[in-house]
Amino acid sequence: MSFISYLINGISLGSIYALIALGYTMVYGIAKMLNFAHGDIIMIGGYTIFVVMNTLGMPPILGVLVAVVVCTILGVTIEKIAYKPLRQASPLAVLITAIGVSYLLQNVALLIFGANTKLFTSVVSIPAISLADGQINLSGETTVTIVVSVVIMVGLMLFIRKSKTGQAMLAVSEDKGAAELMGINVNATIAVTFAIGSALAAIAGALLCSAYPTLTPYTGAMPGIKAFVAAVFGGIGSIPGAFIGGILLGVIENLSKAYISSQMADAIVFAVLIVVLLVKPTGILGKKISEKV
Amino acid sequence: MDKLKKMNKTTKSNFITYAMVIVAYIIMQVLVSAGVVSSLMTGLLVPLCIYVMMAVSLNLTVGILGELSLGHAGFMCVGAFSSAVFSVATVDTITSVPLRFFIAIVIGAVAAAVFGVILGIPVLRLRGDYLAIVTLAFGEIVKNFINVVYLGMDGKGFHFSMKDTGSLNLGEGGKVIINGAQGITGTPKNATFTIGIVIILITLFIVLNLIHSRAGRAIMAIRDNRIAAESVGINITKYKLMAFTISASIAGVGGVLYAHNLSTLTALPKNFGYNMSIMILVFVVLGGIGNIRGSIISAVILTLLPELLRGLNDYRMLIYAIVLIVMMLFNWSPRAREFREKYSIKRFLNRKSIEKEEA
Amino acid sequence: MMALLEVTNLGISFGGLRAVDSFQIQIKKGQLYGLIGPNGAGKTTIFNMLTGVYKPTDGKIVLEGKDITGHKTIEINHEGIARTFQNIRLFKELTVLDNVKVGLSEQFKYSALTGILRLPKYYKVEKAMTERAIELLKVFDLDGEKDYLASNLPYGKQRKLEIARALATNPKLLLLDEPAAGMNPNETKELMDTIRFVRDEFDMTILLIEHDMKLVSGICEELTVLNFGQVLAQGETSKVLNDPQVITAYLGE
Repeated sequence: MSFISYLINGISLGSIYALIALGYTMVYGIAKMLNFAHGDIIMIGGYTIFVVMNTLGMPPILGVLVAVVVCTILGVTIEKIAYKPLRQASPLAVLITAIGVSYLLQNVALLIFGANTKLFTSVVSIPAISLADGQINLSGETTVTIVVSVVIMVGLMLFIRKSKTGQAMLAVSEDKGAAELMGINVNATIAVTFAIGSALAAIAGALLCSAYPTLTPYTGAMPGIKAFVAAVFGGIGSIPGAFIGGILLGVIENLSKAYISSQMADAIVFAVLIVVLLVKPTGILGKKISEKV
Repeated sequence: MDKLKKMNKTTKSNFITYAMVIVAYIIMQVLVSAGVVSSLMTGLLVPLCIYVMMAVSLNLTVGILGELSLGHAGFMCVGAFSSAVFSVATVDTITSVPLRFFIAIVIGAVAAAVFGVILGIPVLRLRGDYLAIVTLAFGEIVKNFINVVYLGMDGKGFHFSMKDTGSLNLGEGGKVIINGAQGITGTPKNATFTIGIVIILITLFIVLNLIHSRAGRAIMAIRDNRIAAESVGINITKYKLMAFTISASIAGVGGVLYAHNLSTLTALPKNFGYNMSIMILVFVVLGGIGNIRGSIISAVILTLLPELLRGLNDYRMLIYAIVLIVMMLFNWSPRAREFREKYSIKRFLNRKSIEKEEA
Repeated sequence: MMALLEVTNLGISFGGLRAVDSFQIQIKKGQLYGLIGPNGAGKTTIFNMLTGVYKPTDGKIVLEGKDITGHKTIEINHEGIARTFQNIRLFKELTVLDNVKVGLSEQFKYSALTGILRLPKYYKVEKAMTERAIELLKVFDLDGEKDYLASNLPYGKQRKLEIARALATNPKLLLLDEPAAGMNPNETKELMDTIRFVRDEFDMTILLIEHDMKLVSGICEELTVLNFGQVLAQGETSKVLNDPQVITAYLGE
């Protein structure tokens, strides 16, 4: 039955990727940019929780809340200072800036917290579940991660379908110019997108660090990149796509670790990206973006 | 790049670039033989050549092709390991050092170029962001892979394993070439400052001549406007792949120099990881995207500066990050552009002359 | 005489939207042909189909007896169709001269290796290429600005440079998408002369989209009027422009 355990743990890891991928895919869909620093927001979220819980001795839930607030503010600030002035710039310039921001966050964290690994205390306190006569063991983190991700996913879909802001986001992602003519505040909509994406990153950070309880300035980098792979896999710009891509990627990674080679699991994940780009560059649920001529 | 490039102007500009490298070489040689250069500094000469090559190589991708590669350290790693395997394997059989090193360079260049093609074909058709992420992924894969590879050689040929040296089953007199995470030891130290400079000059010859030829114009046309380039019959994939492969190949040669400058070669995040790719990107951005000479100068300055100002070392990467952001904002944000338009004499003169033409 | 370009029953849908429907046109060699119609009528979409940017959903495009429907943009250019763009698409960071030389790339060939090694052929071909490019620039009175960056040219000249670049590919058919947009009356008049000159001097066939009625009636021999993706009228310029249907649909009440 260990296969099922690997599978469920894969789904759990995949749910974290999905949460991060949501941020990537929304920002990509609306601002048409790859926010390279998105993964590092996770790391900032992790450190925030660490400080609140371990340094200040506050309860976990407060840690998560503070992290959500800090990350949201950070995300919006980054957008305003670094990305907003570059709306008319070449995609290359925006990408380089985003890489700069990512690098900046990592190195600020390095200066503040040092390179040593911090031991993260899990924010989850529910007990592990044992199924099928103890053949399948689910840690509390696994259960919480899956549940939280599904709830957020559904909530986000409802928000986009039902709320005015959500509709504005869809409109901006379709056509920025037309949306502006329809009286939609494009800048505000983009800021909201960054806020939501960063808040999700904070939650992803809490879950990630609880499941893998080590924290360094580079904690967010790899999961961030993998989540981008997930977003591409599912179809960049598509919210359900990010979710499906995230889960699939988590499962692929966990099964590769279990059955092929733990050192090569990352390589396999990236090989997936290259294969997807070769076979179906638009991903599972993505639609073709063609340039206007 | 000189904005007004008449034929003779380009030649002149290229000449200045070559001359700059040669003069720097002569000055360094004189200083070294006069004994006024610290051993720390002499130890930096070959790495300096490597960084210059990496910067020129990346600028070909970023500035001329207009795509971002974050895996240049990966190409460097491929070049380093493929050539080091060759050199260690043939250190007893090919006794002529220049010949062996020459073949090693060719092997490093070709191996990196092959990976350039493999990555380029699927990715160069897509939007630029994908190339960045795929090359980044590629760099990580290469680094991870090298760390689990064991390669040995005996009378019967090469033995390969991904477990440990024992499972190589080497025969009598066999030797381990790649020892997993411990990498390759005993690579001959063939890379010298002089060879480095010669290779830089050859690289510049290739890159500058490429830029100012039919192929280079096609590549830059694609960068400036892909749809228009297609409409005048330019084969997009061919030229993108050409630029990217040449760039990868130069990075591979940088790796060859790197491998043959150290007695132990390992694939660490420090030398072949993301940080290295970013550092090279900083060289390119600071030197001016598309400006080959600028890349050389900024690679030299940014390599020497932290060594001269040791105290700066802790903040080095922080400064790199700020350089990337500030340079982009300075170049592109509307407010910064306004500012520069207002205070740029060059623009002012240029506009005047256009107005005159119109009148 | 066989038409140079023969388009039959051409149509394209985007999702559920029928952007162009059963479009047909015949253009004879050496003709100056106009394609007009209100905004959003599908004119540029037709250009995009003719040049392979969009793949038509149905219909057939035949150039000099050869079916080129659905071919790729670069193939179509090699077959002999070149175009300009409504929203100017120059190679901004290249010089005016180099913009034209990119257009000449397919006729003046040498390998990348020849270029890198600077073999004698490089100098020979480059020289011939530059001469030809300057000839073309002279036609458009741009030879004085040959070393300017394309992005530094004034708007009107940028439009002319696009035509020069398209001509450089030595096409059989030249498609001009609103060549006079953004030009003042003097520039437009000058452009009309240039277009006529290009037709006569290069023995060119030209299809152009234009809103400037003075230009259209001044130089086009035949017209097709497009409305809501369909052909409203087709034929000799003077007749079409006096068609009451055209007057109501396009020229306004």
